[in-house]
Amino acid sequence: MYAQETLKASKASKVKSLAKPKIKLSPVEPYLYLVPSFIIFITFVFYPFINTIYVSMYTTDLRGRVKDFVGLQNFIDLFNSPAFYNSITITFKFVLMIAFPSVLIAFILALLANNKLKGNRIYETMFSLPMAIASAPATAFWSMAFNQTNGIINYVLGQEIQWLTNPDYALIAVSIVTVWLSIGFNFIFLTVGLRNIPTELIESVSIDGANYLQKFRYIYLPLISPQMFVVVFINVIGSFQAFGQIKLLTEGGPGDSTNVLVYSIYQEAFKYGRFEVACAQALVLFVIMLCVTLLQFKFEKKVVHYD
Amino acid sequence: MTKQKLTNFTLSITCLIVGLIIMFPVIYATSLSFMDSSEITQYPPKLISSSPTLDNYKEAFETVPLMRFMTNSLVMSVGITVGQIITASLAAFAFVFFEFRFKKILFLMVLSTMMIPGEVTIISNFLTISSWGWNDTLHVLIIPFMTSAMGIFLIRQYYLTVPKELLEAARIDGCTNFKFFIKILLPISTPVIASLSIYSFIGAWNQYLWPLLTINDTANRTVQIGITMLQSESASKAVILAGSIIISIPTIIAFVIGQRLLVEGMTSGAVKG
Repeated sequence: MYAQETLKASKASKVKSLAKPKIKLSPVEPYLYLVPSFIIFITFVFYPFINTIYVSMYTTDLRGRVKDFVGLQNFIDLFNSPAFYNSITITFKFVLMIAFPSVLIAFILALLANNKLKGNRIYETMFSLPMAIASAPATAFWSMAFNQTNGIINYVLGQEIQWLTNPDYALIAVSIVTVWLSIGFNFIFLTVGLRNIPTELIESVSIDGANYLQKFRYIYLPLISPQMFVVVFINVIGSFQAFGQIKLLTEGGPGDSTNVLVYSIYQEAFKYGRFEVACAQALVLFVIMLCVTLLQFKFEKKVVHYD
Repeated sequence: MTKQKLTNFTLSITCLIVGLIIMFPVIYATSLSFMDSSEITQYPPKLISSSPTLDNYKEAFETVPLMRFMTNSLVMSVGITVGQIITASLAAFAFVFFEFRFKKILFLMVLSTMMIPGEVTIISNFLTISSWGWNDTLHVLIIPFMTSAMGIFLIRQYYLTVPKELLEAARIDGCTNFKFFIKILLPISTPVIASLSIYSFIGAWNQYLWPLLTINDTANRTVQIGITMLQSESASKAVILAGSIIISIPTIIAFVIGQRLLVEGMTSGAVKG
């Protein structure tokens, strides 16, 4: 009661000293710990970001040097371009085709590996192995499997699907590779989460006669939710940024069917030398990701149990 | 008891089959890398070579300087990993254990970097490092990536579970904040550091576009670009697969070791009540 009133009073009068923790410290100390990170962020993220905004309002020459100020004309051109809308649609499809399947698969794998079997470490290594493979070799492996005439996938399916050259399948193929690449990280992350659930808790409900489904519903699911949230978040952000496997597998094609925003940005800048268009697209991508992230943070408060 | 044994057996078999499915692309590619160029294009596709050959591996090493590429990638990946752990732990320490002005804004700034894809800033960054004459060096591959918002975020999530009273108790015992960070906080956060290390190392090894843009000199190329070179200079797909497997071995080894550290970290640093 008293505490509540104090809190109200401190809020009302904005007396900041009441809200401060008991630990006293030199006022510059916390900033010092932030200096190394912020030097890098300012030089290689914030400055180039602002520079990107600057470039997006100019025309550029083929070497990326700004020429004439055009204001918002580059953005107006972009929003009048059907190819750009296509790129945005593909990006969202791609993100959905990766984030949820890969987290779901990884969660099932984490539950499978969360037992006290002999040789459990071997299974863990097998489940998380794709994480150790870089996108270029993964692309080489999968493109063999996707081969139309003698690839193992078509052979097993009894089909002759042109995985990488048919616009209806190329995005699926790229998504499969990306999901495969991300399973390992998600698995490890969720396994750590499951391991951190106190064994006493699981043992005590087992003694009370809880079956696996009940344990899943009342112990694993609520206690894993912080890790679940973080891992979905990382996957959504990661799939917005996917590039290597798209470049190496399909180069945005066929017929722009895998031309996600990030690939489009790369293409405009380094293939066509239209740096100002690339910068404008990059800013649109930034705004989309910002919205998604804000939504996720709002959502976090509703679903995550931290204690 | 026998019922328990049966359940365990079924579970083991399930795990094994699922594990083999997950690993299949790697196993399949490894098998194909021992085939000659006629066998690899056969229909129906063969799973195992009837006359295995090492020629593809020999050709991969002869076509491009693979060992040099691997050394470069290793220097880059270790540099980035160590850098990220140091800077991210320090930043997370500040964000969790201190109250200071602009804390929220600074933390939002960190998170905002997570929403700025490397491809947004890569053009501008390329122009910056070119103006400094950093092209064709190894440090250009390391320095821009020496911190990571994701690292700060992950370590922060972990530090949030550490009771603040621990720092207060350490201070009462005459411990400075920095000493608390080094002697107490870092050792108990091995699980998150281990998982971040694996992630950073793989991520760095995985880097593709930045090394492609900044390095022209063959001597400073990384493995990912090396593989691209192999693709343009070798006709046989089996040679590309052989090269792809060679460049994956260091990460697989690092990963198996890293995973062991991760498990140890979890058992020593896990919630002890």
